[in-house]
Amino acid sequence: MQWKTAEYAGWGRAYRAHGPLARPERLSALAAALAEPGPAIGNRRSYGDAALNDGGAAIEMTRLDRFLGFDAETGTLDVEAGATIGQIAEAFAPRGWLPAAMPGTGFATVGGCIANDVHGKNHHGAGSFGQHVTALTLMTGNGPREVTPEADAALFRATVGGMGQTGPIVSARLRLIPCPGQRVVVEESRVPDLGTFLDRLDGSEATYAVGWIDALARGKHLGRGILEEAELAEGPRPGPEKRAKSVPLDLPGALLSWPVVKAFNARYLRRIPDTGRRSKKQINDFFFPLDAVHDWNRLYGKRGFHQFQCVVPVEARDALREILTRIAKSGLASPLAVIKRMGPGRGGMMSFPMEGYTLAVDMPNRAKAAPLIAALSRMAQEAGGRIYLAKDSVAEPAVVAAMYPELDAWRAEVAKADPEGRYQTDLVRRLQLRSPA
Amino acid sequence: MSETWIILGASSSMARAFVRAVAERGDSVLLAGRDMDDMARSAADARTRGAPLAEPVFFDARKPDSFTPILDRAQAVEGPVSAAVFVGSMPPQDEIDADPGLIEGVVSDSFSGPARFLQSFAPLIEARGAGNVVGVASVAGDRGRIGNYVYGAAKAGFATYLSGLRNRLTRAGGHVVTVKPGFVDTAMTWGIEGMFLVAPPEAVARDILKAVEKKRNVIYTPIFWLGIMTIIRAIPEPIFKKMSI
Ligand SMILES: Cc1cc2nc3c(=O)[nH]c(=O)nc-3n(C[C@H](O)[C@H](O)[C@H](O)COP(=O)(O)OP(=O)(O)OC[C@H]3O[C@@H](n4cnc5c(N)ncnc54)[C@H](O)[C@@H]3O)c2cc1C
Repeated sequence: MQWKTAEYAGWGRAYRAHGPLARPERLSALAAALAEPGPAIGNRRSYGDAALNDGGAAIEMTRLDRFLGFDAETGTLDVEAGATIGQIAEAFAPRGWLPAAMPGTGFATVGGCIANDVHGKNHHGAGSFGQHVTALTLMTGNGPREVTPEADAALFRATVGGMGQTGPIVSARLRLIPCPGQRVVVEESRVPDLGTFLDRLDGSEATYAVGWIDALARGKHLGRGILEEAELAEGPRPGPEKRAKSVPLDLPGALLSWPVVKAFNARYLRRIPDTGRRSKKQINDFFFPLDAVHDWNRLYGKRGFHQFQCVVPVEARDALREILTRIAKSGLASPLAVIKRMGPGRGGMMSFPMEGYTLAVDMPNRAKAAPLIAALSRMAQEAGGRIYLAKDSVAEPAVVAAMYPELDAWRAEVAKADPEGRYQTDLVRRLQLRSPA
Repeated sequence: MSETWIILGASSSMARAFVRAVAERGDSVLLAGRDMDDMARSAADARTRGAPLAEPVFFDARKPDSFTPILDRAQAVEGPVSAAVFVGSMPPQDEIDADPGLIEGVVSDSFSGPARFLQSFAPLIEARGAGNVVGVASVAGDRGRIGNYVYGAAKAGFATYLSGLRNRLTRAGGHVVTVKPGFVDTAMTWGIEGMFLVAPPEAVARDILKAVEKKRNVIYTPIFWLGIMTIIRAIPEPIFKKMSI
């Protein structure tokens, strides 16, 4: 087994880790890599320290990315955990199928999507990724072990959303959803303020719905933005296949200064006419808009950035308003703020989703950012909501413990699967998830 | 009519990427290597991506006995049969210095084993009047360097063999592509110091398939290695012998 000692970072690049990395291409190499304690990681699209193990080893699963079988009658796909959502969409959309839940980047791996129980723009109807997993295989010291929701309910629910703590996921069986063609029909409309936004999200009957908020707008414009509602549609891919651009260098963080972002946001909003707009988009353009620019995280410069994402219950509209006000007032530039209505669907004990509204905002890693995010996290907790650990890098252990009611059950199950704590990550240690302080 | 490819060294990541590329255009594959469990998974991947037939078969470059069943299996499939050779081994030069006996293994894996296989396979191409051979040599074979000259020598031997085989098979309707990859991001190069301009296996596989389709003879992949090696080959020996590159 070959180890490569390297420095690596989360997607936000504010946190880094240093240590030996293995990248097995076969199961036998994966089994050999288990000799070194360390978590399995995917494509490190988690923003903070979820996929980091500073000072210890980690196993990159990206080369175990094979399709192991597909049943075209039922849309059931067996796939190795290192395959990405984008690869699956590309291979199966032409045959009429798509992953049931797709995060905003096609680079997320199946293993990462299970371990964070990710949600897509259809969460309100379709639920989370883990709810469409009908079986998974964990690599254990004694070889591969199949885990199903029927036969091993507790271990399954500890693995889905379990941040890799039950061991490396080797493969999974996914139920895909039918996809009638190669396009998405998108309706975009302007929304003047937060109250209207939440009403519109509540009332939306679209399969896919997501809102983009100008997180700098204040006062009566607070929460203004664009609502995107979309359906998968028949027909060939509109337009030619596109090649991703990339960001070759770390840009100076100053590029994202407040006036720049403010101007960007205002222009983005004006793009959509008052009467709204209806268009046909390619599947990738709609689901993975940011993937069009590779390594866009470098736009934030060397110091990187954070993302804050919380969900609050439907009743907590006022709390959401306060959170957004606080963000707008902080002046921390944030071109991307996303709002979604979530349904109750969640597949595991530590899954993020709950019925309510979820808000995600990027912030450059300046001195003010971490205290602000910590404060916002407490506000979410007081509102009965929670923060998304795939995005977190600053929350406090007690705040997180209060947000995740099944934490104790999860701890117990994880202790059985990994009694020696071999799969811990920086996030797990920072938030004391495996052991109360 | 779609081809059937015998893939020697099917567990390597370059081979895997090539298998995907040919499976997606509807070709069949016989995956030959030692790790049968691993190849069964790769065969499933190939079938799921469109290969009408994908089977693992045991192959060990150092055990010529393992060649016959593969050739028999190839004989039994209809239509043109092609072979792509991805085997090779590159123990660190200092291990070879300590144990010169390792040289035989390197030569078997990287040259004589595959050559012996292809020698028995060539008549099938001649009989059917069609078929391709893809042989993965290496830029390391273009010039003996202090860091890996045993591996380089074996690959140079293989490249010369491929050149002769091309000469032979061309007259029977077959074609031979010699592939000289630079640094490729595989398990073999993972963690090795001093790698630069490392190419993803998918890019190399795309180049290989394009070369097959266009009946190219010798390719460097990625293409800029042609320039690099042109320069390296042009360095006069009195200077080259003092360099460590
Ligand atoms: C642009 C962008 C948009 C995003 N949009 C969304 C979104 O809409 N919804 C959403 O839910 N998330 C979203 N995310 C977050 C992302 O989907 C998750 O962080 C996902 O987990 C990343 O997958 P990964 O393969 O990169 O995993 P990593 O980030 O590498 O790892 C994440 C966790 O999974 C574990 N893990 C990974 N692979 C395995 C394995 N094989 N076995 C066991 N454990 C494993 C790791 O230990 C770690 O705990 C987005 C991220 C980006 C960058």
